[in-house]
Amino acid sequence: MHIMLMVGTMKGAFLFSADAERGHFEADGPHFRGQAIYALAFDGRGGRRRLLAGTESSHWGSVVRWSDDLGKTWADPGEGNIRFPESSGAALKRVWQLRPDGDGRPGTVWAGVDPAALFRSDDGGETFELVEGLWDHPHRPRWTPGGGGLCLHTVLPHPTDPERIWVAISTGGVYRSDDGGASWQPRNQGVRAQFLPEPDRYPEFGQCVHKIDLAAGRPDRLYLQNHWGLYRSDDGGDRWEDMANGVPSDFGFPMVAHPGDPDSAYTIPLTSDEFRCTPDARMQVFRTRDAGDSWEPLGAGMPQRDAYLTVLRDGFATDGLEPAGLYFGTRTGELFASTDEGESWRLLAEWLPPVTCVKAAVVGS
Amino acid sequence: MATVHLPAALSAYAEQRRRVEVQLPGEGATVAALLDALGEAHPGVRQRVQDEQGALRPHVNVFVNGESIRYLSGLSTLLTEADEVWILPAVSGG
Repeated sequence: MHIMLMVGTMKGAFLFSADAERGHFEADGPHFRGQAIYALAFDGRGGRRRLLAGTESSHWGSVVRWSDDLGKTWADPGEGNIRFPESSGAALKRVWQLRPDGDGRPGTVWAGVDPAALFRSDDGGETFELVEGLWDHPHRPRWTPGGGGLCLHTVLPHPTDPERIWVAISTGGVYRSDDGGASWQPRNQGVRAQFLPEPDRYPEFGQCVHKIDLAAGRPDRLYLQNHWGLYRSDDGGDRWEDMANGVPSDFGFPMVAHPGDPDSAYTIPLTSDEFRCTPDARMQVFRTRDAGDSWEPLGAGMPQRDAYLTVLRDGFATDGLEPAGLYFGTRTGELFASTDEGESWRLLAEWLPPVTCVKAAVVGS
Repeated sequence: MATVHLPAALSAYAEQRRRVEVQLPGEGATVAALLDALGEAHPGVRQRVQDEQGALRPHVNVFVNGESIRYLSGLSTLLTEADEVWILPAVSGG
């Protein structure tokens, strides 16, 4: 058993491997030299050991590639594998998220893309089809692009109920399906849209949600980092409550639920919308252990002055081990790791290209 | 037959060739028709040159006899059998 840390950057993907002790990480890469990698995933279901990568050439477009030998070779779907139907009038810009479904559907992989849409694969990520129930949603014409484009950047399948799926769209908000993706309902009650005038700051949809994650072992609980705002829901997203209690800013991008404790989650605040750098020039991760009632800074081993860093929405991940490993990458190419739940940190790499995504997985032998 | 020159990045999708001959569908053939014929023969090239709606990708340039089709008639530019067509990556990125 070992840990595979997958790091996507603006100019390729890097793979870092470690044994269960997580002492030394061996670096490999860059894979897909020169291409932007916003989506990476490991799929260990159904006897598979597959890496998935959303690769984007600024010239030649985007495809999902996969490797069944942990990155030694990558399959290249020559004719592309995420393609909008001609009738849609749309064309793929970027693959933002690749998410294997639950163990009950070992062939199913979800992809979130720009323009905001959900695609589904039933062959492990080799071919995809548009989820028309979401594409045909009457709200879609009113979704608008944020700074990163009009992206469906998060897909969360319910761990035990195959009919329930959440997606998050910037700028559209959170939507949930309770029928396997056939129909979708907005789930944004209580989440503010700071960029709208009063008294319309709590619309039914249109929020700029940056990231959502599911609490471990308690799948009705979700944590949300908004474009201004930190929220928790205890009812599957029906209603959200503000939990920005003691953070230096409630602006930020990632949100990572602890892999074992449903009351614990991590976020990385940024100063503001206008100044998207670490508050007070200190690199700190904030942790709650009481479901958002309070937050504590964690910065040991990371620069605590003159550090103007930015972490993007998919740039932060956990490996699911105990104690939990935490990993994040910055837009300035640093890669930090903690293997003690955030109590202490170390620099795994620096001078990487700008980091767009970090994913960690336990890879069986 | 019109001649199409491919960049190195696309030769992997055209049996490692940098230069392919494409049969034009007839008199009055356009660049769009040439790309259709090229894409029929080499679908991986089409995927990378055009999006799924048939539009030329924004950072791909097509030249006919040394002139960008942006300054000719775009995908409607007329071709003859003697024409030399170049597909090249445009300046982009950072």
